[in-house]
Amino acid sequence: MMGGETMSPFKGVMVLGEMTEGRLAPITIELLGVGRRLADELGEELSVLLMGGKAGALAQEAIAYGADKVYVGEDSLFDEYNSDAYTQWIASFCQKTLPSILLIGHTDIGCDLAPRLNGRLRGGLSMDAVDLKIDPSTKLLVSTRPIFGGNAYAKVVSKSARPQMVTVRTKIFPPAERNDSRKGEVILVEEKVDPSVVKAKVVDRIKEEVEGVKLEDAEIIISGGHGIGSAKNFEMLWELARLLGGTVGATRRACDEGWIPVTRQIGQSGKVVSPKLYIAVALSGAMSHIVGCLGSKCIVAINKDPEANIFNVAHFGIVADYKEVLPALIQKFKEQRSG
Amino acid sequence: MHTIVCVKQVPDPEIPPAKFKIDPVAKKVIPPPGVPPVISVYDERAVEAACRLKDKHKGKITVISLGSEKATDVVRHAISMGADDGYVLQDEAFENLDSFGTAYVLGKAIQKIGGYDLILCGRQAADWGAGQVGSILGEILGLPVITLACDIQAEDKKLKVKRILKDGFEVIEAPMPALVTVSSEIGLPRLPAGMALMLARRKQIPIWKAKDIGADLSELDRSKVHTEITEIFIPTRETKCEMISGATPAEMAANLVSKLAKMI
Repeated sequence: MMGGETMSPFKGVMVLGEMTEGRLAPITIELLGVGRRLADELGEELSVLLMGGKAGALAQEAIAYGADKVYVGEDSLFDEYNSDAYTQWIASFCQKTLPSILLIGHTDIGCDLAPRLNGRLRGGLSMDAVDLKIDPSTKLLVSTRPIFGGNAYAKVVSKSARPQMVTVRTKIFPPAERNDSRKGEVILVEEKVDPSVVKAKVVDRIKEEVEGVKLEDAEIIISGGHGIGSAKNFEMLWELARLLGGTVGATRRACDEGWIPVTRQIGQSGKVVSPKLYIAVALSGAMSHIVGCLGSKCIVAINKDPEANIFNVAHFGIVADYKEVLPALIQKFKEQRSG
Repeated sequence: MHTIVCVKQVPDPEIPPAKFKIDPVAKKVIPPPGVPPVISVYDERAVEAACRLKDKHKGKITVISLGSEKATDVVRHAISMGADDGYVLQDEAFENLDSFGTAYVLGKAIQKIGGYDLILCGRQAADWGAGQVGSILGEILGLPVITLACDIQAEDKKLKVKRILKDGFEVIEAPMPALVTVSSEIGLPRLPAGMALMLARRKQIPIWKAKDIGADLSELDRSKVHTEITEIFIPTRETKCEMISGATPAEMAANLVSKLAKMI
């Protein structure tokens, strides 16, 4: 949809709410926090859309977190995410409510829903935003998002396309502060889902149980690259990881070799991690890898090649063969633990 | 079964960051000298997914790439992997398009090719990574859209797609034709055999212009862009690597452990 520069019918900031286990999802509380700030800067309203059989029960909580208006789509069909149903229903809802800014979490749901919704609304979408501002002179939303796998960032605006949509990365903005004395309006949306739009159906959903610490949650990660040389040699990294209560990651090349499952891949086409300690072993530090670990508080590089790029981003470096360093390191940590 | 795969040529992401440079005024990335561009990693996996379906069900794979004339290289790469035909969409009017413009042009080319059961795209491009083109294309063509696939099975005009979630996966069933975006978890792309490489080199790759696909130039007009990039920048990193000394690896390890003592 194209909105004019002035007298636009598009108004207000809207958050697409998500729920987990019957509660407002953490990302929704974060979006209410940043949404409140944007709405105040624009002097406009902050609203939130909650969808699900029991969504109404959370409306007061959403108001306490900053929403002026809560739209409730109370249909148990929404309890499980369906791309077709959500896209059709939310598109139709937005065409009636005409939000100027639409904030969506960069989550499983948001990543699937936002681009499709945008295809239908013909707005302007920026994915994986890590910063949001209102330009003081144009009053346009300016979002900052990673490009080239996070090696650079771009600032994105939609001059005339509406709504201005963003998916916002989780844990970037602090959660909104709760204030139970806040007042707001709750609006039930009567419209039902047209079941004929549902072409693709979810037939199975499986939660994967991860052994030990999840890569994204780990405080210590021992990561191996192509220089590790074999699946067997990764055992040494596991030993150190277990000793320190951490877990093991790898570069794309090591995963491609089949030495370690692809679910352990860190970097542009893998996972982005930010542990306290990241020990990079026998990996050169290609651009596509380091973007996945740059958020680490401390990076230690162990590499035979003193020219390896990983030393440019590491805090501590050891130039030596990892096969000699790791056993010594394991030994020292053991001594430290027992002493 | 006829699968159309959309592929993009991107600067090689496997370079040391020192070679990664931007032109903040032009808001462009300067291609690293001497490093040839490559097929975007997710798009290569999409070609692999198409080849696996062809291994099982026979049929045909068509590859299209919107880009410069050099994009024939990535189309040839896909053909050496097992695709049958390929086209490059190149026109002055196709330069610097946003996701809507890109999806519009791809949609026009796909409508011209016609007769498809499945459209595959990478989940996002390895360069600008907007992550929208596939979904918008699906909307333009009015197809069911399934994102982030790690496995695709086809049976009797029906697709069964396993898609990646943050802590697991889900299985989606959809009628064909459909559009699916492919994630890297689908697995390694095959290595083309020597003979296939040679045949791909000889293959004619037609270049389609706006008029060849009936693209309405007013749709690609600058004033119609949905999003604009106002600035690009490289975040500054101020780390200094402290090299741990020691005469032996054991000594280095001991010195490192004492440095890290406060942290763990």
